[in-house]
Amino acid sequence: MAKIHENTATELLLKLISGETTPVEVMAHYLERIGKLEPKIHALTFVNKDNAMKEAEKADKELKKPKGKKKPLLGIPLIVKECISTAGMQTTCCSKILQGYVPPYDATVVIRLKEAGAIIIGKSNMDEFAMGSSTERSCYGPTKNPWDFKKVPGGSSGGSGAAIAAREAPLALGSDTGGSIRCPASYCGVSGIKSTYGRVSRYGLVAYANSLEQIGPIATTARDCAMLLEIMAGKDPLDSTCVDMPVDQYSKGLQSVKGLKIGIPKEFFAAGLKDDVKSAIDKGIDLLKSLGATTTDVSLPSIKYSLPVYYLIAMCEASSNLARFDGLRYGARVDVPKGNFDTVYSKTRQEGFGPEVRRRIILGTYALSAGYYDMFYVKALKARTIIQDDFKKALAKVDVLIGPTMPTTAFDIGTKVDDPLTMYLEDVLTVPINLAGIPSMSVPVGFDKGGMPVGMQIMGNFFKEAQVLGVGMAIEDKLQFHKKIPPVGA
Amino acid sequence: MASDDDEMKVMIGLEVHVQLTKLHTKMFCSCSSDYRGKEPNTVTCAVCLGLPGTLPVLNKRAIEFATLLGIALNSKIQESMFFFRKNYYYPDMTKNFQITQYDKAGGVPICVGGELTFTTGKNERRVVHFRRLHLEEDPGKLQYEGSITTSPYVYVDYNRNGSTLVECVTEPELRSPEEARAFLKKLRSIIEHVGIADLSLEGSMRCDANISYKGHARVEVKNISSMKEVERALNFEMMRQKQKIKSGVEIVQETRHWDEVRRVTISLRTKETEKDYRYFPEPDLVPVTIDAKELKRIKALLPELPDARVLRFVKQYQIPAYDAEVLVDSKSMADFYEAAIKMFNDAKDVSNWLMGDVARRLNEDNLDISETKISPKALVQMLQMIKDGTITGKIGKTLVKDMLDGTMPADLVKKQNVKRIDDEAILQKIIDEVFAENENVVKEVKEGKNPRTFEFLVGQVMKKTKGQADPEVTRALIKKRL
Repeated sequence: MAKIHENTATELLLKLISGETTPVEVMAHYLERIGKLEPKIHALTFVNKDNAMKEAEKADKELKKPKGKKKPLLGIPLIVKECISTAGMQTTCCSKILQGYVPPYDATVVIRLKEAGAIIIGKSNMDEFAMGSSTERSCYGPTKNPWDFKKVPGGSSGGSGAAIAAREAPLALGSDTGGSIRCPASYCGVSGIKSTYGRVSRYGLVAYANSLEQIGPIATTARDCAMLLEIMAGKDPLDSTCVDMPVDQYSKGLQSVKGLKIGIPKEFFAAGLKDDVKSAIDKGIDLLKSLGATTTDVSLPSIKYSLPVYYLIAMCEASSNLARFDGLRYGARVDVPKGNFDTVYSKTRQEGFGPEVRRRIILGTYALSAGYYDMFYVKALKARTIIQDDFKKALAKVDVLIGPTMPTTAFDIGTKVDDPLTMYLEDVLTVPINLAGIPSMSVPVGFDKGGMPVGMQIMGNFFKEAQVLGVGMAIEDKLQFHKKIPPVGA
Repeated sequence: MASDDDEMKVMIGLEVHVQLTKLHTKMFCSCSSDYRGKEPNTVTCAVCLGLPGTLPVLNKRAIEFATLLGIALNSKIQESMFFFRKNYYYPDMTKNFQITQYDKAGGVPICVGGELTFTTGKNERRVVHFRRLHLEEDPGKLQYEGSITTSPYVYVDYNRNGSTLVECVTEPELRSPEEARAFLKKLRSIIEHVGIADLSLEGSMRCDANISYKGHARVEVKNISSMKEVERALNFEMMRQKQKIKSGVEIVQETRHWDEVRRVTISLRTKETEKDYRYFPEPDLVPVTIDAKELKRIKALLPELPDARVLRFVKQYQIPAYDAEVLVDSKSMADFYEAAIKMFNDAKDVSNWLMGDVARRLNEDNLDISETKISPKALVQMLQMIKDGTITGKIGKTLVKDMLDGTMPADLVKKQNVKRIDDEAILQKIIDEVFAENENVVKEVKEGKNPRTFEFLVGQVMKKTKGQADPEVTRALIKKRL
């Protein structure tokens, strides 16, 4: 029999319902595994040891009840990213400035998943305030890639990505502002989806760039992502930007990919794309073709402006979103013996924020100031519309767009962290999607020569998550990538 | 020679912050908007405290209320609008930005333009125009010990934080502090008639004022906490500027703070250090639309407004237009009036009392009738007692002060023993005394040279009876005695 952690969440649920295993057994197994692996990987910032076991015991009892409808995720351990609010559990965005902050409320998605029976097993590491693509910029230190401990797991949801790859839990939540779910999914060889903007409630997600981000699932399979997203998605009266539209049954998958029209955007295969990434993606596309899909070349000419547009919008919004962290009401404060509150603000923020966060706040503040607003922010919003139009036009002709998630595979820890511009370039293929607001997922399709996973990006039209996930499922059914578990030594 | 005032034309513009106290909940969360008198920092939630990850959700009735006011002030209601963030650091804000509306950067406030016609103390009709009316959230409250400049600490109470404000911005068309007061009084009456706020509540109507003399820089005075303070603050600031101009010192464009305790304005910041609020559209809220159908629905909710009520009073109660206008200047006064005349069938008598002795007392203490405890029933009881002869009108006047504190006039009459004296024997005795003490006057009266001397004798009798003597009987008896 397969070990517990070798199961997908979907498989595990079946075994829980059939009685083959129990929530307590599952929880104990994962807690033990976390205990063994965390010293090497450091994916988690907090492990909910005592409470998670208590919850598992409750789930045991509930499962044994003969009657009643079973909760769809009953007894399944879940990892939540540090920037998603969890009542009574630290939510620090991996920043010094939020040390000691324990929120009194759960994010809407957390409430929904808890109600579905999921048990939070821990919180995961990330780049401070989600600003980064490597999870090296956490006040708790970097997370290692389970496929190679010298490499980064990607970011900013690197903790969730690495934890899933190392099978520290079957399901995790990440957030994606410019690729923060898809990048670690790609680098760690797991699946993750950023849904259409407005599909999932952002209530409880500590804002980095409100108009771009979504909370989303990270799991070993697209099918597990679908199951999780189905529960998370849907209207929330606490988030005005969350739309009131019925949620499709994502986990059903597609009947067939036969006749599926795939657009291949040539800009995703431009210079800078690593050869073995390209060949892995090509193989993935060939696989879909062998299943009956057809391909068309498409062009998204404006996406070359995506990086500056994305960073402008994100930094402007961040400069305002992060203003509330001043140490007066919660989090860490630097007290000054003399001076007014301005001095307290400055000292607290200077010491509380890391250099990358400070850089983005300063740039965003500058771009929004009088005389520059029209030149930068307004222009960026206009460019954003043009980029969005490119995607709309392309997706009018095809069902999905396919390309690589990242131009490269995971890089060595410490090689890019001091060079912000090189780090920003990492996001070149993920940020256009956030600007457009469409759904996109990363699924693993192979390895590079060094044995590091390659992720394929599947982009769909607005609210067509079912199609995106369906394509992902078709690939994993054939490739069975989730059967390959990184050699983490446990 | 021209006077100072002719030479020096002052231009005053007001930014009136009106808290929509009739809303049940705050602007962006479900906290109660009824925070007054509550333990500090207890009327708060994760959203209005701006806890990480929380999002604002617009209170739809706030839109309805602001629209109603816009219609009442003849503003143009915008079909589509959105909210902005105004970024600045201050401890009274939990997010270090305020959600507000903006008329630049592609934004439009909910109401553009508008006007208000009012009557000045000199009985002139004046029109003041509005630039805009916009919605924004109220910050929390900072509490100092005494003056802002000397307080050793500051307490922050976030109960008010997130309440809904409509900021009414006028053109700089007001010409004096007195006009500003009259304008605000009318604005208050309109707001209370629309039914969106009870402005007798502490801090529910606050002002910033722009003051400039022709040809000189403009100064903004912030933190004027009530209508009562406006005149004081304006008078001080005008005096300060006039003195500078006269002695040849240039006025600096700056923002000043009205220190209520010391009754002076203090410089907060000059143009060079003026804040850059870095306005940008609030990404957590979606645009709001008020289409024709919705506007029609809201319009239908608009109750009777002051100008219409004045006309109705004239027609229905047959009182002079001036009287009607004075009464309707305060909604609670007008309501009081209508409640009273339902019980007492002499509309003119009721308005005379309200505009006369009651209003005089109120003005002395700068109060609105709603801020006192007098009831229409109490006033009617007094008028009845005068009518049926239990007390004299003179005595009635002396009762008003205690009635404002909530005492019923019948109880006062009983306690103070001030019933009307019409007993001829008692009055005769007093008249004898008055005649004895004022022989010269009596002589003058008899000579008939000066009719006012007769009234002097009546007055002396009133004085001796503390106003209780029936004036008719007294007059008759004096005439007889003469």
